[in-house]
Amino acid sequence: MTTTIERDHGAGPNTRTPAGSTLTKGQPPARPFRLVRHSLALARRSLIKTLRTPEQLLDVTLQPVMFVVIFVYLLGGAIQGSQVGYLTFLLPAIMVQSVMFASVATGFSLNTDVKKGVFDRFRSLPIARSAPLIGSVVGDLVRFVVSIVVLLGFGYATGYRIGTDPLHALAACLLVIFFAASITWIFVLLGVIMREPGAVQGTAFLLLFPLTFGTNMMVPTDTLPGWLQAWVRINPVASVMDAARALMNGGPVGDTVTKSLLWSVGIIVVFAPLAVRFYRRRV
Amino acid sequence: MSVAFQAEGLVKRFGKTTALAGIDLAAEQGTVLGVLGPNGAGKTTAVRILATLLRPDEGRATVGGFDVVKDAAAVRRLIGLTGQYASVDEDLTGTQNLTLIGELLDLRRRDARSRAAELLEWFDLTEAANRPAKTYSGGMRRRLDLAASLVGRPAVIYLDEPTTGLDPAKREDMWGVVRSLVNDGSTVLLTTQYLDEADALADDISVIDHGKVIAHGTPAQLKQIAGGQTILVRPIDPARLGEVATILAAISDRDPESPGRGVLTVPVDDDQAFATVVRRIDEAGIGVMELSLRLPSLDEVFFTLTGKKATADDDEKVEVAA
Repeated sequence: MTTTIERDHGAGPNTRTPAGSTLTKGQPPARPFRLVRHSLALARRSLIKTLRTPEQLLDVTLQPVMFVVIFVYLLGGAIQGSQVGYLTFLLPAIMVQSVMFASVATGFSLNTDVKKGVFDRFRSLPIARSAPLIGSVVGDLVRFVVSIVVLLGFGYATGYRIGTDPLHALAACLLVIFFAASITWIFVLLGVIMREPGAVQGTAFLLLFPLTFGTNMMVPTDTLPGWLQAWVRINPVASVMDAARALMNGGPVGDTVTKSLLWSVGIIVVFAPLAVRFYRRRV
Repeated sequence: MSVAFQAEGLVKRFGKTTALAGIDLAAEQGTVLGVLGPNGAGKTTAVRILATLLRPDEGRATVGGFDVVKDAAAVRRLIGLTGQYASVDEDLTGTQNLTLIGELLDLRRRDARSRAAELLEWFDLTEAANRPAKTYSGGMRRRLDLAASLVGRPAVIYLDEPTTGLDPAKREDMWGVVRSLVNDGSTVLLTTQYLDEADALADDISVIDHGKVIAHGTPAQLKQIAGGQTILVRPIDPARLGEVATILAAISDRDPESPGRGVLTVPVDDDQAFATVVRRIDEAGIGVMELSLRLPSLDEVFFTLTGKKATADDDEKVEVAA
């Protein structure tokens, strides 16, 4: 090292003007779409981290399989008499539930990440404050994809068949991923506000249980007591489950897709700016 | 010469703790400002304000003429930050870490890669380039961290205790890097607990304690504050120490001290004293192994200024990272 330190580290097109009256900018002129590029660069960082520690994907791979096994084989017989029939009813909804559970991890890992020195570095760089947050959300989309692929694979092996066509099924998957990405912003907000990762997880699941189980995921809405039916009707997760069912199994789509998209956009519009704001304030 | 960065009357409180109680710091372009102080003195807080990571409660700071609060984005284009603890991503390789920073600084991917390769070579990390940073030794992480702060060729570089925990050889390497950065025209703010480090690298030193600047000057000026010079004599024959002591006592009018075996030191006020000591020892026919006149060390300066030792026993204690 001592032999090479004499080298001019500033060589190249951006060399500073020496002893000028103002400090010249070290970076080249800004290229367009900075936020998009920065976010994608940071998303790649998240992706590399996920791939380097594949055990981080255990929750998104084993959890949905476990839920299918529990619900279909434990309850399916009692609820619908036929296990394959119940699997068909349940699987699109389990898909929604599992990506929502998977989205908690983004807030959880962001909470630990933000405390590390590397986020200090990000904050000292001339990038938008939102870029590291968008990067984590986008980078974690891969978790949703893995979760859905595993679930569909397991479903196929146990007798689930798509009732419509691959294109509709793909649309269902994309809709579910988009909705989960919007929900992720709520957990990103928790991640930047809360002091401990454990608190993020605890609060997240407190929110998730009524949202995911307070739906027609396991049984049709009309079998529920009145007050619960009212909740299911306003619960956005129920809309997404209905939309996924209709797109994958067939049946009337109605306004469920539109509702799901509106909810997703609405959640992002509210929670993303809030998360960025709290992140900016955080020391 | 123009001012690279300047902080005036910075105050920062964390709850009831006052981390900074109104400090002024400044450095001319192309110089090294050493900020010297014990753990908890407020060094890191001052750096974080100058690096736009914290807002001051009172006072203002500018970098290259830009206000760190109002023009934070412009300031961020000028600075490179190396934290007290290496802030690299452990799961990413050396190349991935540096390429990421390059891309965030708007380099094209190809340029970011070649800049990364250049820096890895400069910091002797080429062989480890494709290994995750978590497999690096402490010294390698520090180097990668410093490399990451240099990707954008910053005009002002903050080095927050860059050599804490490094072995002496690695410290020397780091010092070489700092010197070459300055030769290259960069301005460096270096915080340190090591007095010899500030002495070796800094053009100016601000000594801070309890969030205040308690002394500022060149290393030589600070040494003057501790007063006087010291003559040190080590005779070849230890049996003649007694004679040397008599000579020193007669000239300085003080009792000589013996800081080590076979060595005598005595403070003197008068520049002529050294010549007299040399002559008398020669006349007495005492052979000497070592005979020197030295300025007080910065340790002594710190002791004079604060009444306590700079290198406290609480080395294990970590400065509040906020």
